[in-house]
Amino acid sequence: MKTDIAKLLQRKKKQIFENWVAAQLADSNLRDELMSNEELRSQSDELLDVLLKTINNDNLSDVYSQAFEPVREILAGISVFRAKNGYTPTETGLYVFGLKEAFLQAIQGEMKSDLPGMIEVTFRMNKLMDHLAIDTFDTFIKGREEVILRQTDEITEISTPVIRVWDGILALPIIGTLDSSRTQVVMENLLQEIVVSGSTIAILDISGVPAVDSLVAQHLIKTVAATRLMGAECIISGIRPEIAQTVVHLGIDLSSIVTKATLASALRHAFTMLKLEVKRVQREKSI
Amino acid sequence: MDRIPILRMGKFLLVTIQIDLYDRLATNLESDLVNMVNKTGARGVLIDISALSIVDSFMGRILGNIGTMSKIMDAEAVVVGMQPAVAITLIELGLELKGVHTALNVEKGMELLHEKISFDEDTLDEADYENNSE
Repeated sequence: MKTDIAKLLQRKKKQIFENWVAAQLADSNLRDELMSNEELRSQSDELLDVLLKTINNDNLSDVYSQAFEPVREILAGISVFRAKNGYTPTETGLYVFGLKEAFLQAIQGEMKSDLPGMIEVTFRMNKLMDHLAIDTFDTFIKGREEVILRQTDEITEISTPVIRVWDGILALPIIGTLDSSRTQVVMENLLQEIVVSGSTIAILDISGVPAVDSLVAQHLIKTVAATRLMGAECIISGIRPEIAQTVVHLGIDLSSIVTKATLASALRHAFTMLKLEVKRVQREKSI
Repeated sequence: MDRIPILRMGKFLLVTIQIDLYDRLATNLESDLVNMVNKTGARGVLIDISALSIVDSFMGRILGNIGTMSKIMDAEAVVVGMQPAVAITLIELGLELKGVHTALNVEKGMELLHEKISFDEDTLDEADYENNSE
C-alpha cells in the first residue's frame, strides 16, 4: 500500500509546526532582536500552510513545476526579508532545513510499521526540501545583491560633488577608485557645472584616489581633454608621492596637464590664471 | 543650397551654427571660411556651436581642420559654447581638437581672441622698436 504523504503531513501539521517553531525558538542563535517571536510564528505558519496545500504524491519530485509557484514566492519573500534585515545565509538555510527535520520526524513517527515506505518517503521529502532550500539561497543572494547595488548607486551619487570654491573656479574632490562608469558620472557632473556656473577653471583633486593605474590615468586625461573642449582649464591636484611614482613607472605622459601637489597650490595657480591676488590685510594701528 | 553665414566683426570672423550640420554643409563652411579669412585678412575666427547637439567624427574633424587651416593662415580659431554631451562624444571619439582654442561662451571667446592678437601685436611692436633703436 502506498502512503499518501500529503494526507499524512496534513494530519500531522499541528505537530510539525510546533516542532519546527520550538526548534527555532530553542536555537541559541535565535535573532529575536531582528524579528519578534509572533512574527516568526506567523511567517512560518504561512509557509507551512501553503506548502502542505501544494504537496501531493505526484508533484513531490518537481519543485520547479507550476504548482509550487506560490510556495517559492513565499520563500522568496521570506528570504529577501531576511537578506535585507541582516540574517546570515546559514540562518536562512537552517530555517528551511529546520522544516525538513520537522517533516522527517513526523514521517518517522507515523510510518514505523512500513520501513521501505518510510525510506522512500523520507528520500523524496529530503529531495523536495533540499531543492526548496537551494531556491531560498538563490533568492537570498539576489536580495543581498540588490542591497549591494543600491549602496553602490548611493556611493556614486554622493561621492562626486562639484564644489564652487571661487567665482569661476570649481573643485572636484574624487574619493575612491575611478572606473569608467564613475569617470562618466564625474565628467558629466563637471561639464554640466561648468556650463551652469560659467567657470573657467576646474580643479580635479585625486588625493582620495587610492591607486592610479594606466586606466585611471586614461580616464583623467579624458576628463581634462573634455574640460578643455568646453573652454575651461583643468588642473589636477593631490598627486601623492606614490601616485607620482606609479605614473612615471607606467610611462604615462601627464606633461600636457597642469598638475599640482596639493589643492592649495592648485588654487593658488588658479588665482594667478584669473589674475587674482590674495593678500593679508594690514591692520591700521589704533590710536 | 543652405549656407552658414560668416559675419565680419573688425578683425574677426564670426560663425554661428544654428542648425544641425550635415556633411555637405560642413565642407562648404570649411572652404567658405578659409576663403573669407584670405579675403578679409581676419586675425581671428570665432565659431559658436552652442546650438549644436549632435556631432560625429566627421564634424569633429572639420572643426579641427578649420582650426589648423586658420592657424597656417595666421588667424586664431576659437570654438565656443560646446555642449557637455558634445564634448564627451568628441573625447570618446578620440578627437581632442588640438589646433583650436576653446572658450565657454562668445564673450569669453572674444576676450581670448583679443588677448591672443594683442599679445601678437605687442611682441611685434617690441621687435619693431628694437629694430628701430639699433
